[in-house]
Amino acid sequence: MQRRVYLDSASTTNIHPEVLSAYKQLLDRYYVNSESLYDEGAEISRMLEKARSAVAGLLGVKGNEIIFTGGSSESNSMAIKGVPLALPGKKHIITTQTEHSSIMNACRQMERLFGYDVTYLPVTEQGSVKVQDVKKALREDTALVSIMYANNETGALNPVPEIAEYIKKNSHAYFHSDLTQAIGKTEVSLDNIDLASISAHKLEGLKGSGILVKKTHVPMEPLISGGAQEEGLRGGTSNAVVNMMFARTLRLALENRKKYEGQIRRLHDILVQGLKQLPGVELNSPESGLPCTVNFSYEAIPSEVMQNALNRKGYLISARSTCEAHSDNPSYVLQAMGFSDRRASSCIRVSISRHNAEGEIRGFLAALKEICDKYGEI
Amino acid sequence: MVKYDTVLIRFGELSTKGKNRKDFIRRLDQNIRYMLREHTALTFQRTHDRIYIRLNGEDNEAVKEKLLKVFGISSFSFTEKVKSDLEVIQETCLRIAQESGKKTFKMITHRHDKTFPMNSDGINRACASVILKNTDLKVDVHDPELPIQVEVQKEFTYITSEKIAGLGGYPAGINGKCLLLLSGGIDSPVAAFELMKRGIMVEAIHYASPPYTSDQARQKVLDLASMVSIYQGRMKVHMIEFTDLQLEIYKAAGDPYAVTLMRRMMYRIAEKVAREQGCIVIGTGESVGQVASQTLESIACINETINIPVLRPCVCMDKIEIINIARRIGTYDTSILPFEDCCTIFDPKNPVTKPTSEKAQEYEAKFDWAAMVDECVLSKTTVVVKPEVKEELFL
Repeated sequence: MQRRVYLDSASTTNIHPEVLSAYKQLLDRYYVNSESLYDEGAEISRMLEKARSAVAGLLGVKGNEIIFTGGSSESNSMAIKGVPLALPGKKHIITTQTEHSSIMNACRQMERLFGYDVTYLPVTEQGSVKVQDVKKALREDTALVSIMYANNETGALNPVPEIAEYIKKNSHAYFHSDLTQAIGKTEVSLDNIDLASISAHKLEGLKGSGILVKKTHVPMEPLISGGAQEEGLRGGTSNAVVNMMFARTLRLALENRKKYEGQIRRLHDILVQGLKQLPGVELNSPESGLPCTVNFSYEAIPSEVMQNALNRKGYLISARSTCEAHSDNPSYVLQAMGFSDRRASSCIRVSISRHNAEGEIRGFLAALKEICDKYGEI
Repeated sequence: MVKYDTVLIRFGELSTKGKNRKDFIRRLDQNIRYMLREHTALTFQRTHDRIYIRLNGEDNEAVKEKLLKVFGISSFSFTEKVKSDLEVIQETCLRIAQESGKKTFKMITHRHDKTFPMNSDGINRACASVILKNTDLKVDVHDPELPIQVEVQKEFTYITSEKIAGLGGYPAGINGKCLLLLSGGIDSPVAAFELMKRGIMVEAIHYASPPYTSDQARQKVLDLASMVSIYQGRMKVHMIEFTDLQLEIYKAAGDPYAVTLMRRMMYRIAEKVAREQGCIVIGTGESVGQVASQTLESIACINETINIPVLRPCVCMDKIEIINIARRIGTYDTSILPFEDCCTIFDPKNPVTKPTSEKAQEYEAKFDWAAMVDECVLSKTTVVVKPEVKEELFL
């Protein structure tokens, strides 16, 4: 049997054993509706609220500022659509050219269906938005600014704390940040951030589980109408046990970030050093980005071919956002950074987690070299 | 974080108390030991104005978190206890500077032992020069990020870099018992905290109206009690079910006076329970003007029913001040959980804001409330809660 090496943790992660075992035990027992008034329902409701407070505590926000969702894509949609729709008269949204598709497509919907004006800010060659550009784009009728903390394809970090502070002080617009790739990977503060999205499955948690942080002062229209669950902002019987597990998932992820930071940095350095020695390989990730995400291009081989070749050698990697894996277009993230279509069509994203070892990185480099040598000439 | 081997604890207002000082310090010492009982490696030493705890490898952060919950500590510092020898002192100061991750420092030496061969200024210079030579830290005498304090005693020297403010107040339990009306709202847990700050041992009484109030509401009160019980180790909670009494009140008084009468009954029950339990006073989370039953007229009309002092620590606080304390002691998020409380049974449309004694007595004359009050006292149930965190699989 071939050894399979998982280098795609930015796409999703394995479930932490401590999350999985607790989930199984709870799922068996706690099946009644958390809204029910009998003792069993009340017990689940109590647990759920306790979990909510714990999540809030870990993030430094208030208990009632955590909305459980089905994941970041949903949280992003809630923010992009739900906030502007609650602000009649404000018809402008600001975002960037490198956001995740869940932000991009929600913005396009707002343009197409509801006549909103959306500004897509450019990024530098390092993949970051400039604070100056945000300042210039803000208008009286700007309802929402949404800027991701860390990019999913390149690991590039945006100056979110500065942007958040500027908006808080100088504008009435609300500020949302997609933290999906950043939380558990780098220190994140929610100061001055009005809304934020997080997914559990990027943090060794369960799929179909996420949160939207929505500070109490932010108005919002629900996307899913229903009962009073989640402050009336997300109808539907609560996926209570899954939501509870978010608390443990986040706690473990934040603990592990500190514990494994050094290991991931070391593996990153080995990978980047190795890539720099391969002729024809160009690094797309900025040096200042997240150490866990390394994006590079080898222009002679298109992404899809490279992925197939690496797959056959046992290396599980992505080309770009996995949510875009089935599109043939060049990466719009790399295009926005000013790279050529050819480079944006031959990118590969390696994402390192605490489960990876040095041997795996060296093995990957060796496999990559073989592939480049063999197919790079055609 | 720098690793230290000793915690030095300074007393707060205790220093001002002449006669009872010894008892106070003994009680504080007991309370500290109790709070830290899970850290079995610790060893304790008490002098006339300090308590020293040797960490013996126990976790600095965990010990710090717990000491921050002990009343009677004015401040404490993590320190390194070393031999009074210049070279050792220098080495230790250097290590603290290196491990601190700070950019600026200042040396502050107190030489208690005047036989030590170098004066304070000399020690300052000797230590600073070693730090300047071996690290990137710079001296800042006005606003140093890392003030390093050196206390030279006869045999040992204590080297400290951070003074952490304690909770202040008096050691829990030094000042007798109070029976607190604990509602499940934001104010009464804050009142509990404030009473405990003065060294008062707090017991709680809670009024429930099943089936109008749920078990969840009851659990919420126990959770709140458990949260504040950390400051005194444990807490007795007396549960009174008084739905029948409430129904009679409503029949007799109708809407506007229902809450007034209810609170008069609550006070009467509390007084009886307090006397039975040896509580010298009762306490409430009332704050003037907050709701109809907390106007001065209401307070007067309600208070006249009993003959025991009532302490109201929140009486002049703004809601925002109360909320800030509730956040700090961690009860806020639980307090705002939306369960019905015992007032819901009435849900008065027009509660009277200026009740009179005459009117209240007139309504009360319509039924035999005294027997029902006694019945409530007799049928109370008592739970003792502790600050134990229930292990939750999902946390």
